[in-house]
Amino acid sequence: MNEALQLLVYGTVLGSILTLGAIGVSMLFGILRFAHFAHGDMMTFGAYIALSFITGLGFPIFGALPFAIVITAILAIAIDRLVYRRLRKTQPVILLISSFGIAMALRALIQMIWGPGNHVYQQGIQIPYRAFGIAIKPDHITIVVGAIILVAALNLFLHRTKLGKAMRAMADNPDLAAITGIDNERVIMWTWVIGGGLAASAGVFMAMDTHLNPTIGWHVLLMVFAATILGGIGKLYGAILGGLAIGIAVEMSTMVIEPVYKPAVAFGIMVIMLIVRPAGLLGGRT
Amino acid sequence: MELAGLVNYGVFMLTLAGIYAVLTLGLNLQWGFTGQFNIGIVGFFAAGAYASAILTTAESPNHLGGFDMPFLVGLAGAMIVSGILALFIGLLTLNLRTDYLAIATIGIAEIVRLFFKNEEWLTNGVRGISGIPKPLADLSVSSAVTYLLVVLAALGVTYWALHKGHHSPWGRVLRAIRESEPATMASGKNVLSFRIQAFVLGSMVMGLAGALYAHFVGFISPEAFNPEFVTFLVWVMLIAGGSANNKGAVLGAVVIWAIWQGTEFMTSQLPVEYTTQAGALRIFLIGVLVQVILLWRPEGLLPERHPVIKAKPLPEED
Repeated sequence: MNEALQLLVYGTVLGSILTLGAIGVSMLFGILRFAHFAHGDMMTFGAYIALSFITGLGFPIFGALPFAIVITAILAIAIDRLVYRRLRKTQPVILLISSFGIAMALRALIQMIWGPGNHVYQQGIQIPYRAFGIAIKPDHITIVVGAIILVAALNLFLHRTKLGKAMRAMADNPDLAAITGIDNERVIMWTWVIGGGLAASAGVFMAMDTHLNPTIGWHVLLMVFAATILGGIGKLYGAILGGLAIGIAVEMSTMVIEPVYKPAVAFGIMVIMLIVRPAGLLGGRT
Repeated sequence: MELAGLVNYGVFMLTLAGIYAVLTLGLNLQWGFTGQFNIGIVGFFAAGAYASAILTTAESPNHLGGFDMPFLVGLAGAMIVSGILALFIGLLTLNLRTDYLAIATIGIAEIVRLFFKNEEWLTNGVRGISGIPKPLADLSVSSAVTYLLVVLAALGVTYWALHKGHHSPWGRVLRAIRESEPATMASGKNVLSFRIQAFVLGSMVMGLAGALYAHFVGFISPEAFNPEFVTFLVWVMLIAGGSANNKGAVLGAVVIWAIWQGTEFMTSQLPVEYTTQAGALRIFLIGVLVQVILLWRPEGLLPERHPVIKAKPLPEED
């Protein structure tokens, strides 16, 4: 029982991280109609930017996070301007190939700048809180609370501001949005800002939870896609639900199957979902 | 470098280019002709490599077998194992949209990698399988040259088979599916069946390439494949050469392989303190190259050419 509770804690932490990634993938998929394969490496990039502020300039983690968010968002816009925007006229699948190339290039760039090794933000061991026989590290609480704050802020933005509403309209039906006078390019730009910013936060949280190396983002990408598909493309609440469900299912699965096969669990859920209910739990677009 | 060294180097590079060309042809059948997005190439490649290695190595306590079978049995086994894997995946996922299939195939490649890494009884885990025999190695001429000829023969047979397929009514159905699935369905073709055939055959070709690779290097392990990179390089080769053009696929493989090796020469000129960065720089350049191709020459070096359908001459009347 305790083991299950403990895994539930790990699953919630992983789920919070996956949610932040899945929101971006889901919005981009909804608006630009392609699976953004460079999203995992954007997470890694954000985490490394934070690393530079933390170890290079002595910032605390939460002081470094805003810089990571802003710089990653700028990177996302720059990539869009340089490459993706010019490919939008062609089929979305060309964008998919392109983003796969961007993913490789970005990871290589990270290796060139920061080297291939492992890093941590802070040395030393955290004393976990213990209650009901389970251990919770302070970082776990920080990650979950941080994710909740970011998602709540995004929720307000999407429902209360004009730009947010335009974004939801476009994710729903781009042509209809365009004839009502919504400026597509502006919405796309802000989608990259949000997607990139949340990816950076996910990367920073992931590095807080474990450690940082150039492949962490790529390795979590499959789970992020699984969360996106499970929740339903273009759905904010779907991405939250999908992220938590995949995170918890993956961690809980270690009770019955070997932990090395964690990605296989996420993959299995995703394939079953695609076959049984391709629109996702919350009925996004197929 | 002496002349002999240069020749050896050339033979080595050509052999690898040939293996990549086989892989690219396999992808061309799936993506170029049928429009199936497979980013799990390395999964089928690895499955073929392991299958052939287990079939042809001498008996070993470290992994299943080996069964000490002849080289050709190894190649056939590699194609069968990759084909079965592809059939299983195809039945599950081939009805999905292109981008979902793409996501599903990276999952498969990852699971294949984890499987080979962790199932030690089968593959000896991270320690890998060694002593994979090279065919015809006991002939008096250089074994490297002999093996290059073996690879070129395999490439030739694959090319010929895919060329025939491309020019047949079967190939025409695949292209029809790529262009419009509903229209193909409306003309009475079983789209799912054709899609599975193309996916399985393409994956079998990738398995063949895996076996050729295993016998070339003599040792395989889960980390030897550098998973995403091989997949990525094969994609760049196909796009650069020209999707849906078999000549383009082979040309692309050779050209991109030459560029890839060229960048190694280039980065080797860098000062010593940058050598760790050099590998990353090369991948970065290839990543940029693919964007350049997509932006300025999306059709590749040799664009697709539709086979001319020749009408059969009417029987002459007396």
